[in-house]
Amino acid sequence: MSNRATNILVPLVSVILGLLVGAVIMLVSGYNPLTGYTALWNGIFGDLYTIGETLRQITPYLLAGLAVAFAFRSGLFNIGVEGQLIVGWFAAAYVGVAVELPKIIHLPLAILAAAAAGALWGFVPGLLKAKFRVHEVIVTIMMNYIALHVTNALIKTVSDGGDRTERIFTSASLRSEFFQNLTEFSRLHYGILIALMMVGVMWLILEKTTLGYELKAVGFNQNASEYAGMNVNKNIILAMVISGAFAGLAGAMEALGTFEYVSSKGGFTGIGFDGIAVALLGMNTPLGVIFGATLFGSLKYGALNMPNEAGIPLEIVEIVIAVIIFFVASGYIIRLLLLRAANKKKEAK
Amino acid sequence: MEYVVEMLNIRKEFGNFVANDNITLQLQKGEIHALLGENGAGKSTLMNVLFGLYQPEGGEIRVRGKKVDITNPNVANDLGIGMVHQHFMLVENFSVTENIILGSEPTKLGVTNKRDAADKVQALSEQYGLNVDPYAIIEDISVGMQQRVEILKTLYRGAEILIFDEPTASLTPQEIIELVQIMKRLIAEGKSIILITHKLKEIMDVSDRVTVIRKGQGIGTVVTAETDPNELASLMVGRQVEFKTEKGPASPKDEVLDIRDLVVLDYRGVAKVKHLNLNVRKGEIVGIAGIDGNGQTELIEAITGLRKVKSGTIFINEKDVTGLKPRKVTEAGVGHIPQDRHKHGLVLDFPIGHNIALQTYYTSPISKNGVIDYNKINDKAKQIIADFDVRTQGPHELARSLSGGNQQKAIIGREVDRDPDLLIAALPTRGLDVGAIEFIHSRLIEQRDNGKAVLLISFELDEVMNVSDRIAVIHDGEIVDIVTPETTTEQELGLLMAGHKIGDNEKGKLKEGEDQHVE
Repeated sequence: MSNRATNILVPLVSVILGLLVGAVIMLVSGYNPLTGYTALWNGIFGDLYTIGETLRQITPYLLAGLAVAFAFRSGLFNIGVEGQLIVGWFAAAYVGVAVELPKIIHLPLAILAAAAAGALWGFVPGLLKAKFRVHEVIVTIMMNYIALHVTNALIKTVSDGGDRTERIFTSASLRSEFFQNLTEFSRLHYGILIALMMVGVMWLILEKTTLGYELKAVGFNQNASEYAGMNVNKNIILAMVISGAFAGLAGAMEALGTFEYVSSKGGFTGIGFDGIAVALLGMNTPLGVIFGATLFGSLKYGALNMPNEAGIPLEIVEIVIAVIIFFVASGYIIRLLLLRAANKKKEAK
Repeated sequence: MEYVVEMLNIRKEFGNFVANDNITLQLQKGEIHALLGENGAGKSTLMNVLFGLYQPEGGEIRVRGKKVDITNPNVANDLGIGMVHQHFMLVENFSVTENIILGSEPTKLGVTNKRDAADKVQALSEQYGLNVDPYAIIEDISVGMQQRVEILKTLYRGAEILIFDEPTASLTPQEIIELVQIMKRLIAEGKSIILITHKLKEIMDVSDRVTVIRKGQGIGTVVTAETDPNELASLMVGRQVEFKTEKGPASPKDEVLDIRDLVVLDYRGVAKVKHLNLNVRKGEIVGIAGIDGNGQTELIEAITGLRKVKSGTIFINEKDVTGLKPRKVTEAGVGHIPQDRHKHGLVLDFPIGHNIALQTYYTSPISKNGVIDYNKINDKAKQIIADFDVRTQGPHELARSLSGGNQQKAIIGREVDRDPDLLIAALPTRGLDVGAIEFIHSRLIEQRDNGKAVLLISFELDEVMNVSDRIAVIHDGEIVDIVTPETTTEQELGLLMAGHKIGDNEKGKLKEGEDQHVE
């Protein structure tokens, strides 16, 4: 099979397989898969409004996926994207309500605050890894809990005991009249442009800069990097800081675009954790992340329509969505295996 | 003549690359047949074809006179072909027996029956004089013993034809002697052996016939008794090979490296370099001779900034570099060919072009303001690949997929091309074939002749004797003596390395014995 053929065939086949198994699950549970999938389709592409909302849903997934992928490329597993996103969300919302400034200053300031908060949340595990070799997985998981509860406490303080902050000043908002008019008043906002820009930024850093060269080298082989005179510890910290900044930006999307406030949370948003799957689906490449985030965002948002339109309970819907994603992921595994086999053949001479 | 295996006019291609072209190898029953070729000549490919891992594009294979189609390793197994891999395929925390039965576990009512298997392993071990305990855990036994487990594995599966892939690469001299005896025993018991190697001495010692391949081409088969190492080397490399690299007298000038009273600790905090003094001058090669583990590794790491110095000072070109970061040391004019090329020398998952830029990626003209120009990296890589005869498909090929010799040439190219005042070469020829060794030695000497200082660390006495202008003998973290190759012998070096200080009287005596010394 030629490379191009596998490239197209494998994902196609795996999506179809996922849909088939999902259909079986709906059938067994006594629901009509055809109405189910029609509802899913309508939930994603039904009208301009749903398309706008789908794109809005994709936005934070893009950034969360970038965050995980960037750390992976540097040999680090950042499970803390969730926590970094939450502090980013809070920081952006706080800057959004605390001051009123001209938009040209206020909006960038709020966005930067989110990136800085996420970066700080990534810096701590990076530092601990670099200085004391504490595994980043442990620290980032713990940092998630700290983020959740610290922001909840801060929200209470900021809102005088309330559960949510005020709405941000419009000078800090990402809302876009242009997009709203285009999509029948969906909440699609300018954040999607920022997210796509960040895809380019990640690509530039990894493929065009000495920093990216060093990060990848450290990710593959720390001993050789040290031999080559790279500062391994500095690179570990930087990788976590940049990864955290991407995650913080994902939070800014929610704070300045989708919701325009931050409310205290009973649990995690899940976006940060889904970011791991997004990154892995995209094989940790910037372009791959676009694909992964689109798949995740569309299915997640479209699925909301299935209980309404087809009467399928949310639990079944979630299983069906999980099955589809599972098959897409396995498809990638199959492709990876095919590629590896081909590479091995090339290697031996 | 009866052939158990015939590989006739085998051709194997990978894309545009022809790995095997018209190679014929005929294995007689009961012989040890050596397959000789440089690193990357196509030996492993040919054997993988025989073992069913690759399908040839042309030619045919006959086993015991019958044409066969070996589509996968199971077919090879069924035909009685077994492979003893260079890198052992053993589960570290399993016992010998568990490893041997892995994949075809004998069961009784669904429960693995290890006892019967262990008895069978024991019997085989005794029959072939392998002396392996079937219940020993792999991680507890020596490398030589692990290799015998690999041999047992093939015998257990009924192999009549054994392929040994570079079997001596990781063995001690004593273990090599034992292996030779085992191979002879196997032959006496009616097995046939294909021995893949690039070591001429081994071939002369054990093989009956030799098939030589060069750059994927079959060169021919010769009878070992009718040839000699020189002829084999020139068949393999395609030209006359000098075992002793030609070099003129050294003309050393100013000191480049000056080490004073250096103390270095290992990771446990134990002193491995103890008040060591050493200097290397422009235009000379100083060889450090010593047994592995006498402080060589710590010494190099201290010079290059990879390890902290406890006390003492290191000067390079009269500049104090003690305690500087590796990059500062590199920029002070040091090139370093590290002793472990996979651990330190290369980022194996980077393309070879990236690897060639490993010391220069951040400097002009490759980088400007933190932005890398990969076109420049690849241009530079192409030049070094050409200058240093690195056999690769190009700068984009992953370093991992190059053969060891070509990986080493790429590292040496990278370090020499920067034209450092001091070149530290640690075990630069480990695991390489004669052609590559000759090439590397001549590049080291060329550096010297260009007025650079070279510090060579080697465990091979003939390498130290051959290449160095002065030999510093290291023992237990100290330089115990500095001698010149012209006035010393391998015996004297051996004694010094073992820690014997030699008085003047003894020195005279040893010199008298020099004539009797045979290389």
